[in-house]
Amino acid sequence: MEAFLHQVLSGVASGIIYASLALALVMIYQSTSHVNFAQGEMAMFSTYVAWALIGAGWSYWAAFPVTLLFSFALGFLIERIVLRPLSHAPVISIVLIFIGLFVIFNSVAGWLFGYEMQTFPSPFPDRWGSQYASAHELGLAVVTVAILAAVFAFFRFTSLGLAMRGAAQNPDSSRLVGVPVDRLIALGWGLAGVIGAVGGMMAAPIVFLDPNMMAGILLYGFAAALLGGISNPAGAVPGGIIVGILENLAGAYIVGTELKLTLALVMIVAILLLKPAGLFGRALTTRV
Amino acid sequence: MTMTSETEALGLRKGVFAGQHTWQVISVLIVVAIAAVLPFVLSNYRTLQATLVLIYAITLLGLNILTGYNGQISLGHGAFYGVGAYIAVILINHAGLPYWSTIPIVALICLVGGFLFGLPALRLEGLYLALATFALAVALPQILKHPALTKWTGGFQGITINPVPVPGKLPLNPDQWLYLFCLAVTLIMFAIAWNLLRGRTGRAIVAIREHTTAAVGMGINAAFYKSMTFGVSAMFAGVGGALGALTAQFVSPDSFGFFLSITLLVGIVVGGIATISGALFGAVFIQFVPNIADQISKAAPWALYGVILIGFMYLMPQGIVGLLRTIPDHYRNVFAVLRHR
Amino acid sequence: MTPILETHHLSASYGPTRILHDISLSVSSGGVTVLLGANGAGKTTTLRAICNMMVRTTGEIWFQGQPIERKPTENIARLGIGHVPDGRGTFIHLTVEENLQLGAYMRRDRGRIGDDMAHIYGYFPRLKERRRQYSGTLSGGEQQMLAIGRALMLRPKLLLLDEPSFGLAPIVVREIFDILATIRRQDYVSILVVEQNASIALALADDCYLLETGRIIMKGPSASLANDDAVRRVYLGY
Repeated sequence: MEAFLHQVLSGVASGIIYASLALALVMIYQSTSHVNFAQGEMAMFSTYVAWALIGAGWSYWAAFPVTLLFSFALGFLIERIVLRPLSHAPVISIVLIFIGLFVIFNSVAGWLFGYEMQTFPSPFPDRWGSQYASAHELGLAVVTVAILAAVFAFFRFTSLGLAMRGAAQNPDSSRLVGVPVDRLIALGWGLAGVIGAVGGMMAAPIVFLDPNMMAGILLYGFAAALLGGISNPAGAVPGGIIVGILENLAGAYIVGTELKLTLALVMIVAILLLKPAGLFGRALTTRV
Repeated sequence: MTMTSETEALGLRKGVFAGQHTWQVISVLIVVAIAAVLPFVLSNYRTLQATLVLIYAITLLGLNILTGYNGQISLGHGAFYGVGAYIAVILINHAGLPYWSTIPIVALICLVGGFLFGLPALRLEGLYLALATFALAVALPQILKHPALTKWTGGFQGITINPVPVPGKLPLNPDQWLYLFCLAVTLIMFAIAWNLLRGRTGRAIVAIREHTTAAVGMGINAAFYKSMTFGVSAMFAGVGGALGALTAQFVSPDSFGFFLSITLLVGIVVGGIATISGALFGAVFIQFVPNIADQISKAAPWALYGVILIGFMYLMPQGIVGLLRTIPDHYRNVFAVLRHR
Repeated sequence: MTPILETHHLSASYGPTRILHDISLSVSSGGVTVLLGANGAGKTTTLRAICNMMVRTTGEIWFQGQPIERKPTENIARLGIGHVPDGRGTFIHLTVEENLQLGAYMRRDRGRIGDDMAHIYGYFPRLKERRRQYSGTLSGGEQQMLAIGRALMLRPKLLLLDEPSFGLAPIVVREIFDILATIRRQDYVSILVVEQNASIALALADDCYLLETGRIIMKGPSASLANDDAVRRVYLGY
């Protein structure tokens, strides 16, 4: 029973990481109708920045906010410089650009920081650990949920958040009330970068830091975003947690841990087959 | 469009096509002749590289049919290549089949497999196919390493096979024979593609890319064509993979991950999306450029690929569509032609 | 007095297709101008051209003596033009109140927003009843009121209305136009309204322009156009 509970709680912890990626993906999808395939690599790169700062002697909680600032700027600048000029290009072009970014981040990270696996510290004291969840799992749940809650509050209660929601849903009407839609899209990218970076920094102590650490997590982030409904940010969190729990339980009791990525693939295909709009999303129309 | 201009357009098309036809045939014959002679003038090492170019060309052609002509995105064609490679090796090692028989078997399996895989995602926006193929690409190496399948797949160590034997008493060395075998398969695959794309099927495929709703309104079963196109392109990739396995005499899971799919995408972007000859140019590029870039640093080839992908999207500001404006008239008059079926 | 809005030789195209040819019109300060035309005449395109939305334009547009042609749409809104678009443009996944709050997004005088919202609820009590409802669930007439309210939250000097009567029952249309007349009087807002429904628009307007296939074919005080036989036959149907 204890073991089962531990699996579930572990699943919740990894699910929260997937939820972060999913939320970042959904935010960008909402405002631009594009899926940022490079989100994971951007998160990985930001995590390396944190690692480098810590390696240079900074304390974890000093490096953390600086990394968040970096990831915000990274997302913002990429949207402005790389994507904005091509905002009207066909979907294929945009996807290829994302893949290009994926590859560039991956290779530059390898070039700057090397390909060997590194350890990444967990800032949470060991005494937080119990037989149900490790100290890091507990800590990451607290920190990430706090950040996600702040993001949701931002969207719900501030006028800037309202403007961003409006700009994502209806850019034309937003412009008519004076909302600078393009700037807010870039802002959304910055925010998504921050959320992704948090996910990366929380995952790194568990999966270890190397340039390829995020591909699998990104895949689970996709599954979580699809499950929650790719058009609904609120769905990212339950979607992520469900995916995390399923992954852990299936890995522990059914297919073994070697097939976890396949599980993500199966989940994605199953969702596309059965309920493409996800649990909480709006019904999709095929764009032709 | 008035009746006069439609007729004019058709007449123009016929005239242009007739003239082009002769040129095309001549240039194809020249290229084939040069290709057939290559193994006898090049060293064994260069012949091997030329073989790899042919293999990539087949694979890229398949991806081109899907992405360029039919407008669908696949981020996972490396997976079909890998599946083709593993099937070929398993057939040779476990079923004792001769090497040449693996090609049609792989083709059939990948055709059907691709068709089935494409079905769920194709009802939805292209983005979902991108997601599903991305998932396939990332997951495949793990599947190949799974303990339950190790008996067949050799796990993370992979499998080796014997080199392809030269038949009978032909005065060729194995590298030359392998090259000629691959050349023969390449010619067959290119002929299949050319035939597919220039007929009614081809026009339907392009019509779906250009304007799916209109195509459906004209009676084209878009879902079927999209799945079929996906299956066909998977077939090409699988055949490429099988030939690749025969050439390398070795398969291992990590060679067929997401980065192979990225390489293929770079190949069609550079070579020219929605062109048949582009597959050849792209193949040359992805065969030779990484070797050069590798000498700078391990990361350089990939960074270069990333820059190329982004750069090409800029240089063609309308993206793929911009390049398509140069495609001969008989594709752009899709609607006129379809109405006159 | 200078007109609050003037266009000189304004032409507009969607891509290669030219829709408007050489439109010159003006809206007097504090006045109501109606642009009448049948379907496809280019009425929506005219309003879009003024706000530089979705069309390419040539020619001049002057707002309060400043040239605004080809400025970004959001900047034009900030100058004080409130556009109630074709199809209402409701933020259907936001509540009524959030729609109105968005209208006030760029306002500097945040303290007065609450008062303005109360003012608008005064015009449209039904919106007040439904303020926490998702605006996608509102009826057509209510969404039209919401769209007008949202534009008013900008405190615009000029209101652009695209076929406010579209798809609404006559009694609702009358109600809306009555409120527009009140708004014009009380809030000193100039109005440019494009309409197919000639009779009710002419009753509100001071000046009228007739638009046909992208060109202005007639113009004058609305009273005289209302009495013109040709106009009556074509647009009023009798």
